[in-house]
Order: sequence, then C-alpha cells, then structure tokens
Amino acid sequence: MEGDIVQMGAYIGAGLACMGMGGSAIGVGNVAGNFLSGALRNPSAAAGQTATLFIGIAFAEALGIFSFLVALLLMFAV
Amino acid sequence: MTNVAEVEHGVEGELVFHPMDQFIVKPLFGDGPVHWYTPTNVTLWMAITVAAIFFMMVIGTRGRAVIPSRAQSIAELAYGFIHKMVEDVAGKDGLKFFPYIFTLFMFIVFSNFLGLLPRAFTTTSHIAVTGVLALLVFVTVTVVGFVKNGAGFLGLFWVQSAPLALRPVLALIEVISYFVRPVSHSIRLAGNMMAGHAVMKVFAAFAPLILFSGVGIAVTPLSIVAITAMYGLEVLVAFIQAYVFTILTCVYLKDALHPAH
Repeated sequence: MEGDIVQMGAYIGAGLACMGMGGSAIGVGNVAGNFLSGALRNPSAAAGQTATLFIGIAFAEALGIFSFLVALLLMFAV
Repeated sequence: MTNVAEVEHGVEGELVFHPMDQFIVKPLFGDGPVHWYTPTNVTLWMAITVAAIFFMMVIGTRGRAVIPSRAQSIAELAYGFIHKMVEDVAGKDGLKFFPYIFTLFMFIVFSNFLGLLPRAFTTTSHIAVTGVLALLVFVTVTVVGFVKNGAGFLGLFWVQSAPLALRPVLALIEVISYFVRPVSHSIRLAGNMMAGHAVMKVFAAFAPLILFSGVGIAVTPLSIVAITAMYGLEVLVAFIQAYVFTILTCVYLKDALHPAH
C-alpha cells in the first residue's frame, strides 16, 4: 500500500468528472437533432435560425465544459 | 509486442513524442526561464496572427476596387458577416461595439487557422490567452450595462415574467450563471482547440508504428486516415469556435444593452 491516497482519489474523481461530458454530448445532439427535424419541416425558416442553433449548442456545451474544468482542477490544481 | 511498448514509452527513438508537447511555451532564443518580457513561441505566433490580419484587411483592401480582388472580397465577406451578426443579435445600438467584436473574431479565427499549420503553435489553445479575451468581454459588458441602464441593469437578475415566489431562486441562479460566463466562454475555445490538436498528435504518434512492429501494417494506414479526417473536422471546428465566441459576445452585449428579459 504505497503511494498517495489523496492523489489516487483525485485521479478517480477526474475520471468520474469526465462522465459529465457525456451528458453534455447528449444535450448537444438533442439541440442539433431537434433543429434538423424542425428545419426539414420548414426549410425556408431554417437559415434564419442557425445563430440560435449555435447559441443553444454553446449553452448545452458549457455544462460539459464545467465537468472538464473539474477534471482539470483535480488533475493539476488539487 | 515489446516494440509496441517501447514506441509508446519512448525508449526506441526520436520519432516518439508526447501529445501535449505541442502546447509547451518555449523561449524563442536559448533555453532560459520564461519571464513576462521573454519572446516565446506564443509571442511569435501572435505576431504572425496580427501580421496576417494586417495583410488581409489593410494591404488586401488597399485597391478599394469596385470589382474586388480575391483578398479584398474575402475581407469584405468577413466584415459583412460579422456586421450582420452584431446587428441581428445585439441590435442596432450594438453596432457601436462592432470594431471590438470584429477584432475579437479576426484574432481568434486567424490564430485558430494558423495553429492548424504543421509545426505551428496554437495561441488560442491556452486558457491564459482565451481567459484574457473572455475577461475583457465580461468587464466591458458589465461596465456598459451599468453605464447604459444604471441600477436597472440588475433587472437582468430579477425575472419579471416568473411568479414572485420563484424570483429569489431564479435571481440566485441568474447571478451564478452571470459570473461563470467568462469561465465557460474562455474554456470552451481553449478546450476545443487543445483537445482537437491533442487527438491529432495521438494519431500521429501511432503512424510510424509500421517501422517498429508488424501491427503497424493495420495501424499505420488507419491512423493516417484518422489524422486526415480529424484535420478536416478541425478546420470546421476552428471556424465554428471563433463564430461561437463572437456570437456569445453579441448575446452578452445584448443583455447589457437591453437587460429586460
């Protein structure tokens, strides 16, 4: 039983934090998929909504970025 | 199989590298410590970015031709694209900030694209760089919000359309989400650039496997195809992340100019 148990905990926690990124991946896919299904029903209105699409993707992605940040903090700052 | 292990652990030769090595800040001359005034590879690539923007936007549009040259039409395209974005998202009164937003977009998009050149350094892959950009946006937007609306800017956190009992809870959430803006704003750009370049380097490290081991016959073509595909994706991501950074700046600016929900 050598080694630092705190560091082991930090590494395990970093790995666990990465699961949050999977959640944000589902969110981003949901945004893009719903945009596509809407756009295929009314293609003429789709072009005007791409800005909204990217804002929605950015907000969904932000929460995945926070879990990435937690992982980075556990790896390098704790 | 021992050879594979040797390749991975860097015993064998100088072809082996760590995927994160490309992000190390090194002094341009000598091997000394990095002070704040030391010219580093970051300094070099930022200077190249600014020079490239200067050549396209100033030298390229010098002719002011009615029928534009190639450089001039690309410059006009970029200008029109961002002008329309600011007008659509932030409104007519947001156009006063167009020079700032256009500068941000050009800097980010040029450093992203220049970082894709082989052996280049991606300045936007460092949180220190994107953090400064995002903090400047955050401070600018907050100051503009208070100057334009006075205390009315705090109405951004007090959601009028919600039931009264819910408003304090929403206010807390709004305040938190306001203050994490610079964090998500900067890490989104840095994280995307860093992750993409690291993945390309991981595949690149597998490419010379054919020189050391029989497994390479299958792995080498796969990894070369994967690098090519990732590179194509990264060209897309380099533009999209610059676009997202810019459009979020416009959204934040809109919140500052018209804080009512």
